[in-house]
Amino acid sequence: MWRVALVETTMPAIRTKGLNLWYGDFQALFDVDIDVKAGKVTSLIGPSGCGKSTYLRAVNRINERLGYVRTTGTIEVMGQNVLADEVELTQLRREVGMVFQRPNPLPLPVRDNVLFAYRLHRGGKGPREEEDQVVEEALREVLLWDKVKDRLDQTATELSLEEQQKLCIARLLPVKPSVLLMDEPCSALDPEATKAVEELIWRLRGDYSILIVTHNMAQARRASDECIFMLMGKVVEHSRTGDMFVSPQQQETADYIEGRYG
Amino acid sequence: MLEDRIDLAWVVDRITQGVVFVGGVSAILFVIAIFVFIAQQGLGFAIFELDKGVFFTSPAWRPTSEPEPQFGALALMAGTASVTGFAMLVSVPFSLGAAIYIGEFATGRTREFLKVLVELLAAIPSVVWGFIGLTIMNPLIIEVFDVPVGLTILNAGVILGLMAAPIMTTIAEDALKAVPEGYREAAEAMGATRWQVIRQVVLPSAKNGLVAAVLLGVGRGFGETMAVLMASGHAINLPTSPFDSVRALTATIAAELGETARGSEHYKVLFSLGILLFIVTFVINLLADVLVRGRKGKRA
Repeated sequence: MWRVALVETTMPAIRTKGLNLWYGDFQALFDVDIDVKAGKVTSLIGPSGCGKSTYLRAVNRINERLGYVRTTGTIEVMGQNVLADEVELTQLRREVGMVFQRPNPLPLPVRDNVLFAYRLHRGGKGPREEEDQVVEEALREVLLWDKVKDRLDQTATELSLEEQQKLCIARLLPVKPSVLLMDEPCSALDPEATKAVEELIWRLRGDYSILIVTHNMAQARRASDECIFMLMGKVVEHSRTGDMFVSPQQQETADYIEGRYG
Repeated sequence: MLEDRIDLAWVVDRITQGVVFVGGVSAILFVIAIFVFIAQQGLGFAIFELDKGVFFTSPAWRPTSEPEPQFGALALMAGTASVTGFAMLVSVPFSLGAAIYIGEFATGRTREFLKVLVELLAAIPSVVWGFIGLTIMNPLIIEVFDVPVGLTILNAGVILGLMAAPIMTTIAEDALKAVPEGYREAAEAMGATRWQVIRQVVLPSAKNGLVAAVLLGVGRGFGETMAVLMASGHAINLPTSPFDSVRALTATIAAELGETARGSEHYKVLFSLGILLFIVTFVINLLADVLVRGRKGKRA
């Protein structure tokens, strides 16, 4: 039932080399080298404060909102250095979509939520039929169409949390990003909704390269191809998910996986 | 064993409770007392005796003319409306702009500094504003626009606009701050620029609070007396341009009430003006309150 990746490229979706990141004087990331494979689901695990969310938020440079973040090293997305001066954030964020911990649909109708990024990058509203098609496609892709097709004019913040989170994924799709970043996308959801969203993530794999931060090791294990374990701002281990959970190479990884800390 | 111990802390606690209770209740009592007083002085007259046809349609306000005084409040209403309207033209763009800058762009020290400055602006007494209107704006308007008189709608409107700006800015900024950070983050992560975030997400979400801010500014303008009295020229006039002098409802009450015989017709008509003002500001404030509550209720 899973789709096969259309193109098996050798180019990683995300490649960081020697990435250091400071919040003011506090260094949160130390020399992080990571290659995230294209078309796969890669999960970032590690205890609170290990820098996994910071890494995620460095890739689309959303952490620059804070104003006191400094970065050295390189971050490449699909071969392009995103820290270069000539990179436009608007373009970067079109290429790299993000899903947040708490579902954060905008307080607009469902339809306008799905079309938000689409209209931004198109530079205004499109013809009605075209937009209708975009909405239907995106919502079908996240298995939400049948549930909300009669409620497209309802304010999105009134949907259930699961529907909201799916909508938050759906609204990224119309601008055809290559990478999706997900920051603990299921932590605000109940088990049923978690299962549904995990299945959705798995379904999107192949068309999109997905990097997902999670606190939930069981989730990392069942819903990702590769797994990266971080500790204290450094990458400890990066391997295929199956390998990591069966035979971790580092003692810290083994201890964390077995729940001795974290 | 579980009985309350009567010790110092208990006594202090009780006394504090009492003081806070009296404070809270007295605020309500005073409002009711003011309402009752105004109603008692003028409501009966306003309903049964006052010639509403003349009051609302005639611009002739000649309260001391003999033998037949005339109580047409149209010019006064026009005066208040025109000054307040002009004040809003001045203060709405400035206040909303300031609120957007303070709330969305300024950071750290700049932001704190600006907030203090705005609050400082609110602390200037209205008679000082009137003085500025009289001594600075007046000659300035005469000079710049080459008009004979500078105490006009323009003068009072600008002064009143500056007076209403702090409260509007503060409330508008609160409304912007109440927009969840997640909305901004979501929009920015989708590639929206700062301005797109503000225009397409923040302002629509804060709409009710912003309207409430404007309404409170309008209420402030309606009720303001001293500055308007000093800057508007205080001439009974149906204005046709911003360079006309006018007289406001509030200024009329302030200027004439001291010279009327208690209980006379003139006295009661002035109270009718007060009732009119009271009703208008009450409705405006109520509306603003409902809008602010509506916003909060929705998010709860």
